[in-house]
Amino acid sequence: MAMSDTVSAAPFPGARFGNLLRFAGLGAVALAFLYVIWGLYMAAQPVYAVLTFALGAAIVILYGWSRFYTWRFVFPGVAAVAVFIVLPVIYTSAIGFTNFSATNLLTLDRVQAYHLQRLVKEEGSKRPFALTTAGEIYFPADGDRPALITPPLGSADPLPAEPALSEPETEAMKAVMANRAALQAATVQTPDGQILTMDGLRAFSASAPFYTLQPDGVLLGADGSRLIPNPEIGFYETEEGEKVTPGWRVPVGWDNFRDIARNEGIREPIVQIFLWTFTFAFLSMVLTFSVGTGLAVILEWPHLKGAAIYRVLLVLPYAVPAFISILVFRGLFNQNFGEINLILSQLFGLKPDWFTDPALARTMLLIVNTWLGYPYWMLLIAGFLQAVPKDHYKAAALEGAGPLRCFFSITLPQILPPSVPLLIANFAFNFNNIVLVLLLTRGGPDIPGTLLPAGSTDLLGSFTYQMAFNDSGQNFGMAGAISTLIFAVTGIIAYANFRVMQRLAAKRSAR
Amino acid sequence: MIVERKSSLLRRKILAHGFLLIFLALIMFPFLMVLSISFREGNFSTGSLFPERPTLEHWALALGFDYTRADGTVITPPYPVLLWLGNSIKVGLIASAGVLVLSTTSAYAFARMPFKGRQGVLDTLLIVQMFPAALAVVAIYAIFDTLGRVVPWLGVDSHPALILSYLSAITLHIWTIKGYFDSVDPALDKAAQIDGATPWQAFRYIFLPLSVPILAVVFVLAFIFFINEYPVASVLLRETDKMTLAVGARQYLYEQKYLWGDFAAAAILSGLPITVLFLIAQRFLVSGLSDGAVKG
Repeated sequence: MAMSDTVSAAPFPGARFGNLLRFAGLGAVALAFLYVIWGLYMAAQPVYAVLTFALGAAIVILYGWSRFYTWRFVFPGVAAVAVFIVLPVIYTSAIGFTNFSATNLLTLDRVQAYHLQRLVKEEGSKRPFALTTAGEIYFPADGDRPALITPPLGSADPLPAEPALSEPETEAMKAVMANRAALQAATVQTPDGQILTMDGLRAFSASAPFYTLQPDGVLLGADGSRLIPNPEIGFYETEEGEKVTPGWRVPVGWDNFRDIARNEGIREPIVQIFLWTFTFAFLSMVLTFSVGTGLAVILEWPHLKGAAIYRVLLVLPYAVPAFISILVFRGLFNQNFGEINLILSQLFGLKPDWFTDPALARTMLLIVNTWLGYPYWMLLIAGFLQAVPKDHYKAAALEGAGPLRCFFSITLPQILPPSVPLLIANFAFNFNNIVLVLLLTRGGPDIPGTLLPAGSTDLLGSFTYQMAFNDSGQNFGMAGAISTLIFAVTGIIAYANFRVMQRLAAKRSAR
Repeated sequence: MIVERKSSLLRRKILAHGFLLIFLALIMFPFLMVLSISFREGNFSTGSLFPERPTLEHWALALGFDYTRADGTVITPPYPVLLWLGNSIKVGLIASAGVLVLSTTSAYAFARMPFKGRQGVLDTLLIVQMFPAALAVVAIYAIFDTLGRVVPWLGVDSHPALILSYLSAITLHIWTIKGYFDSVDPALDKAAQIDGATPWQAFRYIFLPLSVPILAVVFVLAFIFFINEYPVASVLLRETDKMTLAVGARQYLYEQKYLWGDFAAAAILSGLPITVLFLIAQRFLVSGLSDGAVKG
């Protein structure tokens, strides 16, 4: 079986040409990688550059040397998993140890550049202006400063102002208003080299940077104030110790995790969401499994006519793309004009608040998830039922056992063992079933009185997703920290599943 | 056949059919409702299952046509549904093809080529498989944001970026295909080896033709997964014209802009092809579902 032992460049006629082609291809790949690595390095992303280099080097080595023939088959798949699952998982955890958030979004360089861009108007440089009928900017003589005129707006950048020889015909204020955008974008260079920009509606003036960078990293303001960088918290501080936004990203160690553990306003919703996530995953698993198994068993009954038609129709919820079904339910459950409440109010006079009452919202989530998930189990269990010996049922019937007794004494013990790993996988899937929450409720209704926006139907995953990508106050650092907790739980479930499957496989091969 | 008393058998038959019919009515309710709503007038109106004054307005808008109402007002389509469907299919097809290539080659090596750390890598894949990429969206976003600054067509808001990130969804498929390859008679590749075939040639000319059915299963499974994928796509695609259907469809049902009728027509239009594809493939999928996950 071991064919890789005999691998060597097989001497067939096209081999030489094939090799040439391979090396040309490898060369092209290497060049493309070098381009990207160089770009990343220039963009001040050394970590990315190193990782890209490792990937490129691996490709060139594995496909250049025939020693690594076997790895050529394995590498692409493993690399995809490593780069787009393992790496992001590690990276997400790493972000959990920083203060990366909407207030600390940039790097120190960018924050520094932001402050250095702040301009102040230079005193005494202000000059009133008027717009001429030809679209030029005219500065009338002002004290001992001579009158100046520029070429028409937009003809150059900056517009060189030259001494005006005669007084041009000027427009009224209305024309200035009409050309406001162009005027605001314009810069004017005076004969003595000053750069003027628009300052209010009636004047242009020169401006200069407010802050200058000192050798020790402190920013010195034109009025003598100082901004001192604080690398501990990632903010510039005034001499009075006040934080100045924007901040930059810095590592904060275990701070986020400490907040989760100690801060009431953060811990409470997280504990609540954590418990709900477990409850949701467990109930979803039990409900979909029971409904699916029940249906599979009924459909398997030999006296039932039309089982094939039932089966096709019952599988439909699984066949329709989930995101469409979930959105359909979002509309049907709508409290005011959803069809479900219409029917309920006509029949029983009820109008449940599906989206504002926490308990009802959770019930709705479970109803929809059961609807979505039972066909998976119905299909699987139908397969497992084929393996249950029919003789057992005959024997049971002779002994006078009813259908329920048959199910619990014969069917269930037979179908449960092969289902266990799939049940665990199903639990893990629902534990992280954030599509359902994001599309159906967006986590709502909100849990009142929390520091972070948290909803009572939020799962841990959707909670972190919203924390990172909601418009109000993105907090990547905290999201990363909570994701780390999710990874830990998922890891434990995954390992349990793995062990169960190993045991099952061992039992099977022993048989 | 099991011997049962006649009267109790009839009672049970009625019970079974009755239960199934009631259950089916509940299950089919959303489908029927959506069909009815897609023909109703307006976006808020309520009414009976059979609309009194059926209109094709929502369907015209979903198909991308302007619709002129009886009173002469012209309605333009709110969203490019067909473009979204096209995006979804494009991304889904390319990503599934990529997944197929990556998972078959890997599975072949795992099934037939002994190498150091084989079992270790396989077991790791099985565990990694439980970590959905959706949980690491923050990092995936950051990676493509950075990459896009150097290579713009690989940045955020580009389809290649989404396709590339989808290639990671191969872990389970490697196991499925490996299970199939394991069942291929070793005598076949022994014979090929004796005739001087390289492992690549054995893979290309023996294993691939033999495993077309399982490859079809994997392709369809991957395709359906990608069509349904929401979290990663919603983070990577922000422009309306770039969105996939799963991301775009949500736009219909915002509290501020609630287009229930338009959504119903768009949902049926875009959901139908995928549903039909699934029902056709269903028979083959079942074996893939259990085999891949259980075979060790």
